[in-house]
Amino acid sequence: MKLSLRIWRQPDAQAPGEMVSYEIDEVSEDASFLEMLDVLNERLISEGDDPVAFDHDCREGICGACSLVIDGQPHGPQAATTTCQLHMRKFKDGDSIDIEPYRAGAFPVIKDLVVDRSAFDRIIQAGGYISAPTGTAPDAHAVPIPKQDADAAFSAAACIGCGACVAACPNGSGMLFMGAKVTHLSLMPQGQPERATRVLGMVAAHDDAGFGGCTNTGECAAACPKEIGLDVIGKLNRDFRKAAVRAA
Amino acid sequence: MSTDFYREGAPALDTKAPAGPIAERWEKRRFSGRLVNPANRRKLRVIVVGTGLAGASAAATLGELGYRVANYCFQDSSRRAHSIAAQGGINAAKNYRNDGDSVHRLFYDTVKGGDFRSRESNVHRLAEVSTEIIDQCVAQGVPFAREYGGLLDNRSFGGAQVSRTFYARGQTGQQLLLGAYQALQRQVAAGTVDLHTRHEMLELIIVEGKARGIVVRDLVTGEISTELADAVVLATGGYGNVYFLSTNAMGCNVTAGWRAHRKGAYFANPCYTQIHPTCIPQSGEHQSKLTLMSESLRNDGRVWVPKKKGDDRHPADIPEDERDYYLERRYPAFGNLVPRDIASRAAKVVCDEGHGVGPGGLGVYLDFAGAIERLGKKAVEAKYGNLFDMYERITGENPYERPMRIYPAVHYTMGGLWVDYDLSSNIPGLFVTGEANFSDHGANRLGASALMQGLSDGYFVLPNTISDYLADGPFDALDETHEDVVAARKDVDDRISFFLNNDGDRTVDSFHRELGKIMWEYCGMERTDEGLRKAIGLIRGLKEEFYRRVKVTGKAEALNQELEKAGRVADFLELGELMCIDALHRTESCGGHFRAESQTEDGEAKRDDDNFSYVAAWEYGEDAPVLHKEALEFEYVKPTQRSYK
Repeated sequence: MKLSLRIWRQPDAQAPGEMVSYEIDEVSEDASFLEMLDVLNERLISEGDDPVAFDHDCREGICGACSLVIDGQPHGPQAATTTCQLHMRKFKDGDSIDIEPYRAGAFPVIKDLVVDRSAFDRIIQAGGYISAPTGTAPDAHAVPIPKQDADAAFSAAACIGCGACVAACPNGSGMLFMGAKVTHLSLMPQGQPERATRVLGMVAAHDDAGFGGCTNTGECAAACPKEIGLDVIGKLNRDFRKAAVRAA
Repeated sequence: MSTDFYREGAPALDTKAPAGPIAERWEKRRFSGRLVNPANRRKLRVIVVGTGLAGASAAATLGELGYRVANYCFQDSSRRAHSIAAQGGINAAKNYRNDGDSVHRLFYDTVKGGDFRSRESNVHRLAEVSTEIIDQCVAQGVPFAREYGGLLDNRSFGGAQVSRTFYARGQTGQQLLLGAYQALQRQVAAGTVDLHTRHEMLELIIVEGKARGIVVRDLVTGEISTELADAVVLATGGYGNVYFLSTNAMGCNVTAGWRAHRKGAYFANPCYTQIHPTCIPQSGEHQSKLTLMSESLRNDGRVWVPKKKGDDRHPADIPEDERDYYLERRYPAFGNLVPRDIASRAAKVVCDEGHGVGPGGLGVYLDFAGAIERLGKKAVEAKYGNLFDMYERITGENPYERPMRIYPAVHYTMGGLWVDYDLSSNIPGLFVTGEANFSDHGANRLGASALMQGLSDGYFVLPNTISDYLADGPFDALDETHEDVVAARKDVDDRISFFLNNDGDRTVDSFHRELGKIMWEYCGMERTDEGLRKAIGLIRGLKEEFYRRVKVTGKAEALNQELEKAGRVADFLELGELMCIDALHRTESCGGHFRAESQTEDGEAKRDDDNFSYVAAWEYGEDAPVLHKEALEFEYVKPTQRSYK
């Protein structure tokens, strides 16, 4: 198939960027979206141009490195699918496709489609863990965990940290990401001792990093490739209120 | 013997494995190793390269112990290391199922599964430590699958007759890595670990015979800098991407290990490659990587091909008696659950005979019709739903209605830098953990054992063994003006400037793809003397052409992904040649290394224990590599012909 692409090109963090048009032909419908960009890059290099920079690694939808806003949607048009798992059979011959980086205050552009998501790591550093130094653990069966709690914790822990939720949110909020981690750890008995300090620390780091607040728009959950639900934000708010009242 | 390609040197160094009853060796070593008192740990700096299971767990644990740790990864976050993609599970000899499992049985299975090419002492320690790993991960909040009573669930996995695999749906690697990542981030916040993301190690610094630091490139600004320390730990993963197409992440590379090898670290058993039987077949030339479908699918799926060659009917139209369930036919005892090397080769055999399905005849069916009928679609969906969805996204076919098409693909590399019992390479102060070392899997890795080894090395083994070395530290203070540091840095600058100034006309990827085809054809599932000699010639020619024609755009002082790839492919070209030389010299078949000249009458791998019961540890040589042999002794598990019939 033949496609018209408009891609955001920006040489570095300081320089201004612009949308640049590229025509690409003979795209296989079995190719993934990133493989389509690989083909374009091979051509650009042969022509002596700078290839389009984008983040990617596992290309199987689990590492969370790939991003991109495709036709206005983080990770593109297919629900519950990362950009690397999106395949060209979802597009039609002759389509025009706009490809942009995530746009959010807390995720500055580094080059072209590559953004800096290190603010997510700083949120985790502020409490997104259970303190269990190596060697201190009791037997794994010492504390049974009801299956429904373990399953719900797993569903929240499935977050891949890709940042699509932030890119989709009109406020650039990271609350779906943060809510997923708070929910995962607060459902586990091991997570109880640090439950209050965790949520207070993470929320402070989130706000410091320049993420916005949640106004219940719900775009984050719609964009999430792992289908993390809005309920984790409810749980986050409940834990935060409880902890804040107790701390006051 | 093909001595025109290599020279033979002295036998490999002392493995430091303690003697005595095998179950007491780890205890003995921990007691005999010297300790570093807590106040002195603050004065010792350790570099850890890599943030996968082996790297993040080591960095976090060393930080908890009070060492000053510098941790590096090339990804934008340490959470993205490729361990995250492991699907199936992690083994541990907990015997929670009361089905006869024990430390000794896990040890036995792993030595046998590795086709008697691993070191008994190391494997036994791995089996011992396995139980502590599960405890540790549960304490961190890893959400393993549980039963209704609230206890942990287990399943049997690839080639095991007991249920010892712990799992978190099809995302076990992700959950274990996030546990290690969170422990690491906690240490970053505590100030014990300096974490540098988007940095790539490009050279090892050796001063007076000891590993003392690394040269790194900041992948965003292009700045080259050095990090100096008392010890260096490489946890940099496997080198499957030498084949271009593999299930590895795009960034996986051998550069850190290869730079260490060029500086004197032995590279052991490079030809031992694991080809995983259940991957989605290639769809065209644009293909950038291959995707694994978890081995757990073989618990319920049945593998078959049409009996008639070139049968292109819809699979549903092929009646039962015209299907060849070749694994069940050839291996009645294990059936569809035979180990990976055996399942892969069997698929190649039927496809080579013309029974393959799908484009190019390079595929076999993995059929769930029977499981859906027996258990119901809902139960199958609960077990494998995410994998079925992934298959449909990639192929556009619905596996609930049409059998999956699968084909083997490169997945894991058992070879790696040589290490002794303490996980130290032959360069003092250079330690190697996880997939980057060669140690525990012999010639074939069993399913759910990679996660176990990565975490065993990182949480429990290295933090104990490295103290014996660090007890002699802190070593003499160094600064960036030391001549060895300056020289290492200059090597890096020179390589970068070569690539950017080369007046070439071929892209890096085009060379990588061509190397991959050579490796897959001649050093893949089946290797021959003739093919390997041919491959060595082809790789040498390709390497010459690479330096003459490679074209790298952009500049050094910026984010430049082509420059990153060029350095990695340059190292893959050298590694590829060594893999072929190793495969050529080992004229026996063992595990994942199948030499066509060495097979039994019914086509199974035939070992040659009289001549090849050793680890091949290769020393770098400008003109030819030098082979050092580490003899393997089997006191507890006597080598036998592996049989899964």
